[in-house]
Amino acid sequence: MIKISNKRKNKLFKSTLKFSGYFTVFLIALFLITLIYNSFLSLSTLSLPFLFGSKWEPNAGNFGAAPFVIGTLLTSLLALLISIPFSLSLSVYIGYFLKNKKRKNMLETLMDLLAGIPSVIYGFWGLMILVPIIISFQTKLGVVPYGVGILAASLILAIMIIPYSVSLGKDVINLVPSDLIEAAIALGATPYEVVKHIAIPYSFSGLFAGHVMAFGRAISETMAVTMVIGNRNFIPKSLMDPANTLASVIANEFGEASDPLYVSSLIELGLILLLITTTVNIIGKFIVKAYHVHTN
Amino acid sequence: MSTQTREKLNQRLLINKIFYKLIEFLSFSLLIPLGLILFYIIKNGIAYLNLDFFLNMPAPVGETGGGAFNAIIGSFMIVGLAGLIAIPLGILIGIFLGEFKDHKMNNLTRIAIETLQGIPSIIYGIVAYVWFVLPFGNFSAFSASFALALMMLPMVAKATEETIVMIPYTLKEASYALGANYYTTIIKVILPSCMKGISSGVLIGISRILGETAPLLFTAFGNAFLNFNMGKPMNALPLLIYNYASSPYQEWQQIAWAASLFLIIIVLGLSIIAKNVIK
Repeated sequence: MIKISNKRKNKLFKSTLKFSGYFTVFLIALFLITLIYNSFLSLSTLSLPFLFGSKWEPNAGNFGAAPFVIGTLLTSLLALLISIPFSLSLSVYIGYFLKNKKRKNMLETLMDLLAGIPSVIYGFWGLMILVPIIISFQTKLGVVPYGVGILAASLILAIMIIPYSVSLGKDVINLVPSDLIEAAIALGATPYEVVKHIAIPYSFSGLFAGHVMAFGRAISETMAVTMVIGNRNFIPKSLMDPANTLASVIANEFGEASDPLYVSSLIELGLILLLITTTVNIIGKFIVKAYHVHTN
Repeated sequence: MSTQTREKLNQRLLINKIFYKLIEFLSFSLLIPLGLILFYIIKNGIAYLNLDFFLNMPAPVGETGGGAFNAIIGSFMIVGLAGLIAIPLGILIGIFLGEFKDHKMNNLTRIAIETLQGIPSIIYGIVAYVWFVLPFGNFSAFSASFALALMMLPMVAKATEETIVMIPYTLKEASYALGANYYTTIIKVILPSCMKGISSGVLIGISRILGETAPLLFTAFGNAFLNFNMGKPMNALPLLIYNYASSPYQEWQQIAWAASLFLIIIVLGLSIIAKNVIK
């Protein structure tokens, strides 16, 4: 008796495991189909003008995604540019120079903490502390002191994405073969020259992939951006202007949209957002695979 | 050494020194934003993180002494249900990924899990809205739990898979040699020795979804009242921070600071525990 029930248990367990695999694939497929199906109304009635339309006026029936696509790319690119000096320094410093365990732990905890702070808290802090600083800065410059806008969003995003590029960057720098480094030192190279001529060229693809993935994080970030970007549905003219990103316009308007075409357009914005982040992530992963980037 | 070579050498050493100081400075300069964030949250939050905050309901505008009792309860209920869905399912998927390497669905499942991991948080909210809010006709806490469970799933599955492939095969052989079958071997031998890795993955997952706001916006929605019904709108700490942060009332902003402090303590505490569980 016991033996049979054990055998059954075994079989049941194995099929449960296999089922969980099928279930996951089914779930993701359904997830994507839901997005496509629900943006179908917008896809069919608005079609291509949706993608390039520069006006977003739901009440007038104008739906154009361009202000948000541009807003998203601008904030994320600016955030990436701001973050690069810091993330590269941290990668080289932790991965190559730091032998002191205490300092290493300290910087790694710093990265963990920065990555762990919830995005809504970054947004709240940015709104209460950073935006007033930007306002006084803008008043001095003599531009319209919005405070909120692309600059504020990019600054917050830059802080948020640094841990992501560093987590891959410090590993690839650390894994530069020591015989290469030692050979350079034996030829009389200073540590700076080792980093410049050996470590960075050798690990370039890994560093690049890390930054591509961090860029993907910046694109998909929602709450912090929504709270400090100013939520204005126009193509921004300067980096100080308020704007909107794909994620922030959905966060702002999805809850109150009632017209079916409006809802469907917002879901299509979500679909565009998903396409952009997935493409960026695939590029990052492709680089890691194609160049045999070794990580721990 | 000629003076020219010496000059060149000194120049190279100087550049080296400047470079080292520069990257050291840039690395540690990130302490400034972290310090500023923690400083302002502690400074503004600590005064209001008192018993009132934990035990009182939100006060109407103009009254002081309101709290976040409903949001705290709501956060724990929503995240609790999300964990109940994601932990068992995630462990099963992790075992499947680690153990059934030759199964035809293995690669597809891995791609599915990786896709899930890359989906922006706001999109979970949209899909949960379409699946659970539209058919039922009202915002609900369980639709939020579902969205958060989907976010947590890859973290649990990945942690399980990564630990399970590290377990030496001899352990499995020893179990088989004692006459145990596959089920008993996995449940009684392999999983217990994976406990550390899995629980750290679970803790990191929970700390992640506790702070998530975007998937809650059109699912849990928020609620000014205390609610234990998972089928109705419910408040949560991140939602409270988001809603009160943009309000013009000082009392509400104070509650938002206190809620931020409370949330940051739990979230960072959990992730620090998780990191130390592994070691």
